[in-house]
Amino acid sequence: MNRDDTIERIREALGKRLLDFERKTSSRIFLEVAPDTVPDVSRLMFEEIEARLQTASGVDTRDAIEILYHWALDRLDCVVTVRTRLDRHNPEIESITPVCVAAEWVEREMWELLGIRFRNHPDLRHLLLDDDWPAGKFPLRRDYEEG
Amino acid sequence: MAKRTIIPIGPYHALQEEPEFFKLHVEGETVVHLDIELGYNHRGIEKLSESKDFEETIFLVERICGICSTSHPLACVQAIEDAGEVDVPERALFIRSVVAELERIHSHLLWLGLAGHFLGFNTIWMWSWRFREDVLNVLEVITGNRNHYGMMKPGGVRHDILVEDVPTILKLLDGLKGPVEMFRAAVMEDPLLQARTLGVGVLTREQAISYGALGPTARASGVDIDVRRDHPHAIYGQVDWNVITRESGDVFDKAVVRILEMFESIRIIEQCLEKLKTTIGPIDSNPKQIKPGEGVGHYEAPRGEVFHYIRSDGSNRPARHKVRAPSFMNVPTNRETVIGGTVADATIILAAVDPCYCCTERMAVALDCRSGERLWGADELVRLSTEKTKRLGKEIGWVGPELPFGQ
Amino acid sequence: MSFAIQALTRSLNVFHLAGSACNNCDIEILDALTPKYDIERFGMTLVGSIRHADLILLSGVFNKKAAERLKILYDQAPKPILVIAVGGCPATGIIFRGSYNCDAPPSDYLPIDAFVPGCPPKPEAIISGVIKVIGRLRSGEARPAYENLASGGHYR
Repeated sequence: MNRDDTIERIREALGKRLLDFERKTSSRIFLEVAPDTVPDVSRLMFEEIEARLQTASGVDTRDAIEILYHWALDRLDCVVTVRTRLDRHNPEIESITPVCVAAEWVEREMWELLGIRFRNHPDLRHLLLDDDWPAGKFPLRRDYEEG
Repeated sequence: MAKRTIIPIGPYHALQEEPEFFKLHVEGETVVHLDIELGYNHRGIEKLSESKDFEETIFLVERICGICSTSHPLACVQAIEDAGEVDVPERALFIRSVVAELERIHSHLLWLGLAGHFLGFNTIWMWSWRFREDVLNVLEVITGNRNHYGMMKPGGVRHDILVEDVPTILKLLDGLKGPVEMFRAAVMEDPLLQARTLGVGVLTREQAISYGALGPTARASGVDIDVRRDHPHAIYGQVDWNVITRESGDVFDKAVVRILEMFESIRIIEQCLEKLKTTIGPIDSNPKQIKPGEGVGHYEAPRGEVFHYIRSDGSNRPARHKVRAPSFMNVPTNRETVIGGTVADATIILAAVDPCYCCTERMAVALDCRSGERLWGADELVRLSTEKTKRLGKEIGWVGPELPFGQ
Repeated sequence: MSFAIQALTRSLNVFHLAGSACNNCDIEILDALTPKYDIERFGMTLVGSIRHADLILLSGVFNKKAAERLKILYDQAPKPILVIAVGGCPATGIIFRGSYNCDAPPSDYLPIDAFVPGCPPKPEAIISGVIKVIGRLRSGEARPAYENLASGGHYR
């Protein structure tokens, strides 16, 4: 399947669950879905489309906490970024580590730096910060204060 | 306690005699469990980046790693250029590739030296680092520094490659072909090196894909990915070169991929220098402002894909800067490759993924899996590896140069 | 020249200690061992334990986790001990200053005999720094910085 067909396939599979779609350039696509759809999208991307999870970035935008999952379609020179928005006061989402082991450390990092809780993650504990880092203090949050 | 041998290599990380990065739990000689503990290097770069402007952040990310010091800036400027829709002049793209490929050569030579040391072949270490010096000299001629080149900026590069410097670069490349061929023969044909690395630390293709493994670690397992070819940027689409892949995913194949890649890098640089003769023009498009937007920059660093994401809000600073180094995806694969192997092989298997150097040295300690008692520290694990080499050498009747440093 | 200084500065045992470093300085220090620069002709050897060290070569910015370790190791070092900060990081923290995971750089709490600036400093600069320290100690121009500590044996 070529690039355009593949992107069509993704749109079709998501149907109404696709909240937003932007084709920024021919090789850069941004999709938005609700948090509940993320495991299905991840399964679609990893298992069916055979995309590669490059990483996921969490962003505190003051209105919400966004997660952007970046999937590389290496054979098609294309990167598909899947965006989802979580409630800032209780950011929680299903882990995609059961779909793709590559997400394991990626989610641990987002948890400890942004406070996003990943349900059913096999090993959610500190990766980069000290084990006795004060609980509830997330350095990448906009309102993070030291001390 | 046994007398401490003086091992002529450092650094002795601030984890002396305490928990190391990799804790191997062993039963007899077999590794049954692996703990990986990071955190001694986390400097909060993503948050720091938000307080720097777009040009300053390039200097920041350059210092993430001293070996891949142009890879992070290259991915970072690409992310900024993607976000702000900034054009880059063609001459700058060729110059970027020359510096990047020179870095690949120096990084692989560095790794080769380390691998040699861990296996007990210190001659390989001394020779590969000696040739590495020549590469660093050329980088100093072109960029002004042996490391941390400060070449990349959003919109182009900071320095041009002067016509009078081209013969120096070509002379270096010519001078490298012989030694790299020597290393290729040493690794691929030497029976003792083969005995130590064939079938050792195998990462299967399925495992490599599911961990999202990158670079030589993935290519050695038959996963045919290389950002330079798959997502062509800079000029990789305009020069003739090959992606090197192997099948078995063992330490041997990981070494072979890196050595053969050096030949490809030499080819790429030679072609770029040829193209630079006729690609005249500016080396910088001098963007005054980065417009609001999001961008992704990814580049094939010596260790694999390095990934930067930048969100710009129209100010002169990143609103969000995400950095993902290739080792982040590669190091977890050690769970599959080290477990089930012997303690003597542990250091070379952990090193085969080519993690950041500081994470490699002083990296591992072996604990008894029942009592948790510390059995072997990093020095001793290297010694076990060296002893295995000597033992195997005797078994196969290996005739080779005397190992220096009295191992 | 006192016996202690004489003993200290002949045939230095060097301990290389890196904390949260980008490794560039570490590799330049290692380069000093390779035949091109060959630190061993000055009678210096790298040792594997801080308890045998005469000189600590410090590199890196030392984040919170690493700084704790550094203090423990410094206490274990036999006194007097010389400390040379290699690169910009242990001196000022350079571009990492202000990070949530990096408190003060080592120069704020450890007595340091010399700073070798650079990012990274070349192997020649590192060797030159060590030679200068030895020279000044031998001539009596300087005393080990360790002696400036207010109370013996503990960092500020």
